[in-house]
Amino acid sequence: MIRISENANVDTVIKLVTVAIGMFAFVFVVMVPLYDVLCDALGINGKTSGEAYSSVQAGVDDSREITIQFVATNNEGMPWDFGPSVTVMKVNPGAVNDTVFHARNPLPEAMVAQAIPSVSPARAAEYFHKTECFCFNQQPLDGESSAEMPLQFIVDMDLPRDIRTITLSYTIFDVTEMAGGVAVR
Amino acid sequence: MGDHHHGPAKGITRWLFTTNHKDIGTMYLWFSFAMFILGGAFAMIIRAELFQPGMQLVEPAFFNQMTTLHGLVMVFGAIMPSFVGLANWMIPLMIGAPDMALPRMNNWSFWILPPTFLMLASTLFMEGGAPAFGWTFYAPLSTTYAPPSVTLFIFSVHVLGLSSIMGSINIIATVMNMRAPGMTYMKMPLFVWTWLITAFLLVAVMPVLAGAVTMMLMDIHFGTSFFSAAGGGDPVLFQHIFWFFGHPEVYIIILPAFGVVSQIIPAFSRKPLFGYDSMVYATAAIAFLSFIVWAHHMYTVGMPVAGELFFMYATMLIAVPTGVKVFNWISTMWRGSLTFETPMLFSIGFLILFTIGGFTGLMLSIAPADFQYHDSYFVVAHFHYVMVAGAVFSMTAAIYYWLPKWCGRMYNEAMGKTHFWISFVGFNLAFFPQHFVGLAGMPRRIPDYALQFADFNMMSSIGAFIYGASQILFLYNVIATIVSGKPTSDEKVWDGAEGLEWTVATPAPYHTFETPPRIDPAHAHS
Amino acid sequence: MCFKAKRLFGLALGPVLMLLSAVALAAGGEVSQVNMTPGVTEVGKEIYNLHMLILWICVVIGVGVFGVMFYSIYAHRKSKGHEPATFHESTKVEIAWTVIPFFILIGMAFPATSTLLKIYDNDDAEMDVLVTGYQWKWKYEYLNEQGENVSFFSNLRTSQSEIYNVEDKGEHYLLEVDEPLVLPADTKVRFLVTANDVIHSWWVPELAVKKDAVPGFINEAWTRTAQEGVFRGQCAELCGKDHGFMPIVVNVVSEDEYAQWLDTKQAEAAQIKELMAQTFSMDELMERGKAVYERNCLACHGGGGEGGVGTAIAGSAIATGALPGHLEIGVNGVPGTAMQAFGGQLNDVDMAAVITYQRNAFGNNMGDMVQPIDVFNFKKG
Repeated sequence: MIRISENANVDTVIKLVTVAIGMFAFVFVVMVPLYDVLCDALGINGKTSGEAYSSVQAGVDDSREITIQFVATNNEGMPWDFGPSVTVMKVNPGAVNDTVFHARNPLPEAMVAQAIPSVSPARAAEYFHKTECFCFNQQPLDGESSAEMPLQFIVDMDLPRDIRTITLSYTIFDVTEMAGGVAVR
Repeated sequence: MGDHHHGPAKGITRWLFTTNHKDIGTMYLWFSFAMFILGGAFAMIIRAELFQPGMQLVEPAFFNQMTTLHGLVMVFGAIMPSFVGLANWMIPLMIGAPDMALPRMNNWSFWILPPTFLMLASTLFMEGGAPAFGWTFYAPLSTTYAPPSVTLFIFSVHVLGLSSIMGSINIIATVMNMRAPGMTYMKMPLFVWTWLITAFLLVAVMPVLAGAVTMMLMDIHFGTSFFSAAGGGDPVLFQHIFWFFGHPEVYIIILPAFGVVSQIIPAFSRKPLFGYDSMVYATAAIAFLSFIVWAHHMYTVGMPVAGELFFMYATMLIAVPTGVKVFNWISTMWRGSLTFETPMLFSIGFLILFTIGGFTGLMLSIAPADFQYHDSYFVVAHFHYVMVAGAVFSMTAAIYYWLPKWCGRMYNEAMGKTHFWISFVGFNLAFFPQHFVGLAGMPRRIPDYALQFADFNMMSSIGAFIYGASQILFLYNVIATIVSGKPTSDEKVWDGAEGLEWTVATPAPYHTFETPPRIDPAHAHS
Repeated sequence: MCFKAKRLFGLALGPVLMLLSAVALAAGGEVSQVNMTPGVTEVGKEIYNLHMLILWICVVIGVGVFGVMFYSIYAHRKSKGHEPATFHESTKVEIAWTVIPFFILIGMAFPATSTLLKIYDNDDAEMDVLVTGYQWKWKYEYLNEQGENVSFFSNLRTSQSEIYNVEDKGEHYLLEVDEPLVLPADTKVRFLVTANDVIHSWWVPELAVKKDAVPGFINEAWTRTAQEGVFRGQCAELCGKDHGFMPIVVNVVSEDEYAQWLDTKQAEAAQIKELMAQTFSMDELMERGKAVYERNCLACHGGGGEGGVGTAIAGSAIATGALPGHLEIGVNGVPGTAMQAFGGQLNDVDMAAVITYQRNAFGNNMGDMVQPIDVFNFKKG
C-alpha cells in the first residue's frame, strides 16, 4: 500500500472548495448586479432608470414628433383603479412633458402600491428620461380615496430615428405587506 | 495498513460505513436504478394520462407534479448518481489507484442522497402537493405561487448540490493525485478524461444552482425581491441564473456518456479509439462553450436582438466539437473487426439516436426557428433523444460491459440483446412522434391536448410503456447474472477491451492496485 | 385512412423513414400534422423555409454519416473475417471535419440572421393590442387613440363535460374560446405582451408569434396577416394548474368587418352601462350567473361548488354569510392567494349575477339577490 501524497489531496480540496464558494458568491455579488447594469444599458425588459434624470437636453428637436402611449396593468390581487389620464401624447424630443396617472383605492383600509415601469421597444428605454415619477417611490393611499400621480419626462434628442412610437407601461403591485403592513397616512 | 487487507465487513455496517470505492459505486448504481424506476413510474403516469384526449386518470394539478418530479428525479436522482457510481467503480481501476482520494467524503456524498430523495418524494403527500412548477422551476410560479412544499424542495436541491460537489471534488483529487506512475494525463482512458472535465463543470455550476434556490428561499420567507418586479427584482433574472447552471448541467449529464462510448466502441471494433487527442480537446471545447450559450433556452423571453444573435452563433458552434466526436467514433468502427454484443448494440444505439438529438439541437439553436419550436413537444423529443438515448443508453451499455468484471459472472447475451431491441423500438416509438406533434403546435407540459394530436400521442404512450417494460427485463437480467450467471474468471472478459481495469482479477477483488501497476511507456492510452 | 397507413408504415420501418415520409407529405402541401406550419405571415413562411433548409442539411449529413456507419457495420464485421486495421489518427482528416462543418454553420447563420432581423422589425404598426396573461385566461385590450379602449377576457369555451369525457369532444376541443381576438387582415399589428401573475407565453403558430408574458414587464411582437381565417394557439409557458386550458383564438377578418366588429364591441360596452341601471329577476340573475360561474369560477371551485384549488362554495361561510363580505371577496379577491380580484374582470352585471348564483346554487339557498347597482355602489364604497 502506498500513500500517494496526502498533502496533495488536502491542497486540491482546499482549492476546489474555494472555487465552489467563489461561484456561490459570484451569483450574488456579480450576476445580480451585472444583470441590473446590463438591463439599464441594453434596456432589457424595457427597464428604465429608477432615479430622476437631472441633465438638461441641448434643446428641442421640432423636426419630429414621437408618439407616447401609456398603458397600465394591475398585478394580481391589486384592486386599485389605476390608469393614465391621457392614453396618447405626441411629444418632441428634448421637450419636458407632464402628465398624470390617476389611482383610486376602493378598499376601506389604507394600502401601499409600487408601480413598475417598462418601456417598449426596449431599445428606447435608455432614451426615455423621467425627471419626476410616482414610480420612484412607493405610493401610499388611504382607504376609499383617490390621488393624481404625476409623471414628468423627456425623450432624448438622440433617440434613434426609426423609433416613432414609445409605449410606457406601468404595472402596479400591492406592496402593503412589504412596506410593513401599515400604510403611511 | 493491515485494515486494508481484509475483506468487507459483514452485514449492514459494511454499507453504512464503507469507504471502499467499489462498495460506494455499487450503492450509487443501485440507488440510481431505484430512482430510474421511480422517475419512470412518474413518466408512465404522464403517458397514461396522455394516452388519449380528455382527462382520465389524474387531475391537472397532479399532472404538473408528475412532470416536475419526473424531471427532477431523472436528472438528479437517476442519471447523475449513476455516472458518479460508475466513476467510483471505474476511475480508480482505470488509473491504477487503490481507492478514491477522499474515501470518507465519498461515503458521505452517497449517504446524504437517499434521505433527500425520500424527503422530495414525501412532498407528494403534503398539503398543497409536491412541487408543480416544472424541473426548471421558473419564478414567480416557484416563489409567490408555489405550494408550501417548495421549502423542502429548496432544501433538497441544496443537499443534492452538496453531494455532487463532494463527489466531484473527490473525482478531481483522485484523477490529479492518485494516478499510477507513468499514467500521464494524455494516457488516461477517455472515460476518466470526460469525468475530470465534468467534475470541474459540477464544481463551477452546482453552487450557482444553490445560489438560485437560496434567492428563492429568501424571496419566499425573508421578504427580498430578487425575482419579483414589485420590489425592484425581475423574474427573468431567475431564468438567466438557472440556465447559467442549466446548460453546463446538460453537458454534465452527457460528457461521461461520451466517455463510456469511447471505451466500448474501440473494444468491440478491436481497434484503438480514433483521434484520442481531438476527443480530449473536443470535450474541453464543449465544456467551455457550455458557459456562454445559456440564453438559447430563453429566445422568446424578450432579449435585445444583439443578445439573440450572440447566443445563436455561440450555440451553433457547439456542433463543431460534437461533430468531431461522432466522426471519431465512426472512424473507430471503420475497418475494424466488429462484433455486436449487448454493450456494443447500446453504444451504436447511442450513436444513432444521440446524433439525431444533436441535429434537432442544431435546429433549436437557430433563434428565429426556435420561436416556433420553443416550449413545444419538439423540445421534449430533442432532450429525450439526448438524455435517454444519450445518457441512459450509454449507462446501460456500461453496465453490460463492466458487469462481468464486477461480479465474475456473464450476463445472458440473448436476453441482453432482446433488451436492446425492445428498448430501441420502444424509445423511438415513444419519442420520434413527439417531433411531429411539437412541430404541429402542441405545447409541452399540458395534461390534455387538441384532437389533431391524438394519434401520435397514443403511439408515443405505447412506445413509452414498451420502453418502460424493457427495463424490467434489464433488472431481471442483472439480478440473474449476479445470482446465477455463468462464472468467468478471465481477466479480460472482452477480447478487444483495453485498459488497466482488465488487468485485475475477475471478479474484481475488494482491494485492487494496492501496489501501483506498471504502465508500459510505449503503450499509448487505452 | 392515408394517415393510418402511414402510421403502420412508420411502426414497421422505423423512425428515419417516418421522418422522410413526413417531410415528403409536408412538401406535398397538405395541411400538416407532422411539420411546422408555414402560417399566414411572411415572417412565418420565412421561418418555415429556414426550418426546412436546416432540416434538409441535417438529413443529408445524417444520411452520409449513418451511411458510412452502416456500411462499416455491414462490411467490417468479425463474422465475415474482417481483420482490424490499426490506424488511430489522421491530422488531415480531423482538420477537415472540424473546418468543413464550421463553414456549413456559417452558411446557416446568414439566413438565420436575416430572418431574425425581420422578426424584430419594429416599423410602425397600424394598431396595438395589449395582451395580458392571467391564470388561466387571456385579456385583450385594443389601444385606441380615439375614445375608450375595447377590452375583454378570452376564456376556454370547451365544457368540463367534454374534458372529463362525459360528452363527445367537439372539433376544436381545447382550442376554442368564448371571445376570440379579432384582427383586420393586411394590417401590421403590434402585440404588447405582459402578465398579471406568473409567466405565460402567447403562441399562435400560424402567426409565427411566440412571446413570453412576464409580470411587471412588457414585451412586443409583430404580425401582418395577409389571409383571413381563424388561427388557434395555446399558452406555451407552464403557468400552473390550468396551463393546458388557456387557448388563443385569433379571428382575422377584412378591414370592413373589423371596423364593424369594433363598433359592436363599443356599443356592447355602452349597453352594459345601460344594463347596470336595470333590475333583474332572480331567474335572470341565476341564468346569467351560471354561465359566468362556469367561465370564471368552476376551474378552481368545482362544478358543484365543492372546491378544489379554491375553497368550497357549497355551504361556505362566505356564500352563506353577510352579503358585503361575499362581494368583498368577489370584487377584491384575497391577496396572496389564487383568488383574484374579479372587480376589474367582470362587469357589474356579471358580478351581480354570479354572486347571486353562488348564494343560491349548490344548496346554499340564501334567497337574496344582488343587483348591478349594488355592485356599483359597493365598488364606490
